[in-house]
Amino acid sequence: MNKISIIIKREYFSRVKNKRFLLTTILTPLLFVVFIAGATILSLKGKDNHKIAVIDQNGFFKGNLKNATDINFEFPEGVDTLNYLSKGYTDILIIPKFEGTDKVNYILRSKKRIGLGTEDVISSRINQAIEDKMLQDAGINRSQLDSIKEKSKFAELKALEEKGETVQESSAGLSYGIGFGSGMLIYITMFIYGAMVMRGVMEEKTNRIAEVMVSSVKPFELMLGKIIGIGAVGLTQFFMWILLIFGLMTAAQLFISPEVMSQVNTLQQYNGQIPAGGMVKAGEAAQKIYAIQHTVSMANWPVIIGCFIFYFIGGYLFYASLFAAVGSVVNEDPQDAQSLMFPITMPIIFSFIIMSNAVQDPNTGIATWASIIPFSSPMVMMARIAYGVPGTVPYWQLAASMLSLIGGFLLTTWLSGKIYRTGILMYGKKVTWKEMGKWAFRRG
Amino acid sequence: MSAILQLQHIKKHYATQKAVDDISFSIEKGSIFGLLGPNGAGKTTLLRMITGIFFPDSGDIMFDGKHFNALEDVTKIGYMPEERGLYKKMKIGEQALYLAQLKGLSKTEAMEKIKFWFKRLEMESWWNKKVEDLSKGMSQKLQFVTTVLHEPKLIILDEPFSGLDPLNANLIKDEIFGLAQRGATVIFSTHRMEQVEEICDHIVLVNLGKKILDGTVSEVKQQFKENKFSIRLKEVPATISSTAFEVVEQKNQELIVKINEGKGSNDVLQYFIPQTSIESFNEILPSLNEIFIDLVEGTAATTRAFEKVNS
Repeated sequence: MNKISIIIKREYFSRVKNKRFLLTTILTPLLFVVFIAGATILSLKGKDNHKIAVIDQNGFFKGNLKNATDINFEFPEGVDTLNYLSKGYTDILIIPKFEGTDKVNYILRSKKRIGLGTEDVISSRINQAIEDKMLQDAGINRSQLDSIKEKSKFAELKALEEKGETVQESSAGLSYGIGFGSGMLIYITMFIYGAMVMRGVMEEKTNRIAEVMVSSVKPFELMLGKIIGIGAVGLTQFFMWILLIFGLMTAAQLFISPEVMSQVNTLQQYNGQIPAGGMVKAGEAAQKIYAIQHTVSMANWPVIIGCFIFYFIGGYLFYASLFAAVGSVVNEDPQDAQSLMFPITMPIIFSFIIMSNAVQDPNTGIATWASIIPFSSPMVMMARIAYGVPGTVPYWQLAASMLSLIGGFLLTTWLSGKIYRTGILMYGKKVTWKEMGKWAFRRG
Repeated sequence: MSAILQLQHIKKHYATQKAVDDISFSIEKGSIFGLLGPNGAGKTTLLRMITGIFFPDSGDIMFDGKHFNALEDVTKIGYMPEERGLYKKMKIGEQALYLAQLKGLSKTEAMEKIKFWFKRLEMESWWNKKVEDLSKGMSQKLQFVTTVLHEPKLIILDEPFSGLDPLNANLIKDEIFGLAQRGATVIFSTHRMEQVEEICDHIVLVNLGKKILDGTVSEVKQQFKENKFSIRLKEVPATISSTAFEVVEQKNQELIVKINEGKGSNDVLQYFIPQTSIESFNEILPSLNEIFIDLVEGTAATTRAFEKVNS
């Protein structure tokens, strides 16, 4: 036991003390921010502005066809399909005269093909205008119509989840975000840290230190020490990221004026509704901050964080030992590693696909089974847990999943240990899957 | 003196071959023991069983009077394998400390001993260097230090001089003698027979997984001597004919003769004394190299790895 702790210490500190570790820990979140910002800017810039000339033979649409972002409807005189481009319009919309309730075709001509989103917006705007016209024809005047529309926006869906005696507010969007985010994190870390374990083992083998080491410690201790040491590096990195996020959030709060913050607090006291005669009026900023805080508070964080740590560690241990076994049979050639890694990366990628379906629909049979089988449970179970325990995931499923993951990693570690101890002393020979299987199931 | 290590009928079979097939020998405390054999003879497998990396399929290993217990006894053994290396990115001092701690030394103990050895082999200035910055010879030296640092009772060195210049090789050789004098036992495995003759007290030769020779260096040489003598004469007689010996080779005034069975060196001398004066007369003992080649040649040792063994 003492020897394992010496090995863990070396594996841990030799990586954490490395300048590269500090750099990647700080740069990775920054890179994410830059990536998201870049994607947002690109998507904003990428949108075309449509200036549409409308030729309306009914004379009704003018004033009723509402502009949307990036889409402007104009009603010029003397524009036709031949000259709309030269007059500075990007598209031309021809609305035929319509009578009765027959469906008619509206024709939109443009030089560039329009996107699906733009098409949707244009068509819904036209239908809205027609709806307005019909309502007006039915005897509702303009001001009534406007006030109805204004008021009808107040209805908001509040999804409540049964929880014994009480009900709890839930948010599908939040669950989706948490489920996908944590599943994705587990997916990435399995690859990053699994590959790190594999490289570490390969390094020991190619540097020819393996035999020196196993004359002092058991191969199993060496493997376990490496897996635990690198796992600890991963956890350290996570905690540093969490600290970084909290630091940034606290820093961001300093920029919000105290007045807004006190409004947010009041909102919290009254559960989002400020009484009519209240002294304070909540500003728009305060409303938004409250909305975010309120949504975030809907999740059952202790369960989610607890389960995340469990599935992160369990999933890592399950796959890391397999990566170690692969590393031990690789001879200098990195291409060997590629082909040997394939059977390990396949289930990980497959689990990722199941996970991305499970976050949308956490109760399908395949999602339920995949969340119990240890090959895929770390990712898929996290996606389902976000939807609530025991609402979506009954306790027995959670228990079965956790137990099978523990059993699973004990089994993979045990089998990998046997492959590892033979493979690590084997030089210059290409090892086949059959041989690896033989080593794994050999007795003694 | 008692034996520190006794191997009794050790067997280890792999799927395709008998790597070690019923080998027994014992090693005296404080001796320098040579384990010889061609490539693929089973030496490495044998050494790995002695160091507890492998377990024998059958047979007993007695270490220091007790049954060998890999878990406890590894701290009393220092093993420098043929395939050896170090962590390239690690600093030399930390590396030595790490390996010493894995051999069960406490940190302070380990530091003390590392300092002692680094000073002794003039490596003090290396402490903060990385292994990748060392030359091959330098890292061999470091490897040797890490092997003997924890003062093992049994030191196993597999080709310890490969990559060392003569100066450093001598330095390490002196250390090996020193360690043996202070009571450690050294197992020395190599192909370089001149080193074996120089260093070892006792040798065992293995081939095809079997022991084919066991004895002290002088015993072995006596066993394989061919009764050859070299004689240097003032004048070589024109014709030499005697029932006692035959001339094998002649070079100027030097003759190499082979004494026939039943005759002795006196018979040779008596033949020449009346004719001329003898300047020198020496027995020619075979070198270990010759014995080695003699025994191993023609046994298909080199192709063994590709053969299937019917067991």
